[in-house]
Amino acid sequence: MKHLRSISEIGAEGLLRILNLTESMAEINTRSVPKVPALRGKTVVSLFFEDSTRTRLSFETAAKRLSAETMNFSISTSSVNKGESLRDTIETITDMGVDAFVVRHKSVGVPWQISQWTNASIINAGDGAHQHPTQALVDCFTVREALGSQDLSGLNLTIVGDIKHSRVARSNIQAFCLLGANITLVAPPTLLPLNIEHWPVKVSNDLDAVLASTNVLYMLRLQSERMAQGLVPSLHEYSTRYGLDERRVAALQSSAVVMHPGPMNRGVEMLIDPSDIPNSLIHRQVTNGVSVRMAVLFDLLSAEEM
Amino acid sequence: MTIVIKGGSIVGANGITSADVLVENDVIVKVGKNLTGDTTLDASGCHIFPGFVDLHAHLREPGREDTETIETASRAGAKGGYTALIAMPNTNPAHDSVTVIEFVREQGRKAGLLDVFPSGCITMGRQGEALAPLAELSAAGVRIFTDDGSGVQDPVLMGRAMQYAKSLGVTMAQHCEVSALTQGAVMNECGCSSDMGVPGWPAIAEEMMVQRDIEMSRITGASVHFLHLSTARSVDLVRDAKAQGLNVTAEVTPHHLSLTQELLTTFDPVYKVNPPLRSMKDIQALKVGLLDGTIDAVATDHAPHARRDKELTLDQAPPGMIGLETALGVVLSAVDLDPVQIAAVMSRNPARIAQITEQHGHNISVGDIAHLCVVDLDALWQVDPSKMASKSRNTPFVGRQLRGMVRSTMYRGQITVQDGVAQK
Repeated sequence: MKHLRSISEIGAEGLLRILNLTESMAEINTRSVPKVPALRGKTVVSLFFEDSTRTRLSFETAAKRLSAETMNFSISTSSVNKGESLRDTIETITDMGVDAFVVRHKSVGVPWQISQWTNASIINAGDGAHQHPTQALVDCFTVREALGSQDLSGLNLTIVGDIKHSRVARSNIQAFCLLGANITLVAPPTLLPLNIEHWPVKVSNDLDAVLASTNVLYMLRLQSERMAQGLVPSLHEYSTRYGLDERRVAALQSSAVVMHPGPMNRGVEMLIDPSDIPNSLIHRQVTNGVSVRMAVLFDLLSAEEM
Repeated sequence: MTIVIKGGSIVGANGITSADVLVENDVIVKVGKNLTGDTTLDASGCHIFPGFVDLHAHLREPGREDTETIETASRAGAKGGYTALIAMPNTNPAHDSVTVIEFVREQGRKAGLLDVFPSGCITMGRQGEALAPLAELSAAGVRIFTDDGSGVQDPVLMGRAMQYAKSLGVTMAQHCEVSALTQGAVMNECGCSSDMGVPGWPAIAEEMMVQRDIEMSRITGASVHFLHLSTARSVDLVRDAKAQGLNVTAEVTPHHLSLTQELLTTFDPVYKVNPPLRSMKDIQALKVGLLDGTIDAVATDHAPHARRDKELTLDQAPPGMIGLETALGVVLSAVDLDPVQIAAVMSRNPARIAQITEQHGHNISVGDIAHLCVVDLDALWQVDPSKMASKSRNTPFVGRQLRGMVRSTMYRGQITVQDGVAQK
């Protein structure tokens, strides 16, 4: 595996390999000194053209725990601000000798475009509304861990919110589908993509109608700019119909778990404090983020020498 | 000084005849068997067409001479068999004054490789707010007006433009796109755009404006030409309008006849174009429309862009692809047109729409200005951007094998292209 730009690119085989590798990485992270020399001599560059807290920090932590060198690229102090093109930026950094780019960009397709301009591995940390494959790996790993089962076939996953603009949803649909889960998307019609008859999902506009059959409830962030675009009549209407409150948590099966990729919009999609949700996996998602990204880096960068 | 084009099949309006063509200075002086002249241009095994006419070329001069000039575009056009180009108005400054119109025409004359006919803007600066000086531009010789690059959104303004067009006897050419429906769009609205998470350019954004302008043509009697039709429903709308006797015409580009939306899943901005590549169903409808005469002409929408601009991200990169040198090959590889139909859609119909029939789109008879091209309809060739005359390289057909090759082009009796090579 050279790149991780989408879940479909690595397929079921790559997905399962990384999830299994994550188990070993999670073990490393329980040690008193969570550091191994696996990627000594390798250099990983974080190239975040868009803001990020958890993805960026977890990648950097992951690289350090595997003893890779990290280069941190800050757009605001770089030559990108002087108008340097994406291609020149990539070629310049490549010339310094790097093994992987971790890239986040607001524009769809950037990880594919830049892979023409470098021989380094590309890890997509989010491209527009398209893909965020490591988040999906984190979520699959977290669900397997919570259920204590590697087998997710027949699991009912419900993803709620702004599916249309969500890279997390697109990656998770691909990933959970490969693992055999049944997926239901819940959103107002204006926040669902058009022409998705070929997606392996069921679609509903009614959250309350699907809660009872849900095993995993996945809440997405609603960006306030969707209001400005007129995609929802009001935040109040949205949160009334699609927000997670105590009543809806109570309507879930007692074994059902709740997830959110962060950052949360409290008072919009999250009307309940996450600490009041009995089976919230939100903190596990963050913790597992480091182990999963260690597994991804190890899989991409150690395989080269074999 | 005489040139004889020997051994070819002449494609007239009503059929094909095997004969030689004798050209003296810039005029066809004889058509017949066994002619001789001072110079011979071999056309054996080839068809002789009236020089092609492109209704839709972006020449980028003035303003973006780094991507194309009127001279380089003229050379590219000559290689594609063209002897006339209609220059689109979205230059900087735009074609909204007699000064710019005369500049473009003069640059074309200086290049001397084909006739450059500037279109005029419908609105000042193509801003869609105030009418350009239509009568003044018309008096300066402009016969076709468009804001191409964008459509005229305001129906009140468009109605007035059509009233003017009717009285001046000029054609209004519309880029049909309701821009409120295409904000941020990078490709057709379809399953792929949803997979990719990008805003789509829905078919209805084109069809609403086609419908509006058909109705306005009905009211005003103005002659309306639809640029680069791209959807099945647009073809149906134009077909119905023609059946009702309305004064409308339409064109299709080679890329909309041959490439589909799925190419965008490579994220390569070379496939980004406006209107966007559509579905196979749309392609089928466009082909039917071209064959049954609903669509009058093939037009290139030749749109050169600098490499650095096409290396921007998919949402930032400008739309458009070059097409002058590949148009015939792409069309013949995609649609089964006979030689008489080729002459109609590549030369005679576009010349009629552009109102340049005095010198272009003729029947290859004695007395006609010698604007001709010699085409080997069966020749297969491969697209190699490094051999292109255009200053830009943004072709989506790199490495494709095409059928139908322009061997030679004659402009005003001068050979501009021989054996596929530009002569000046």
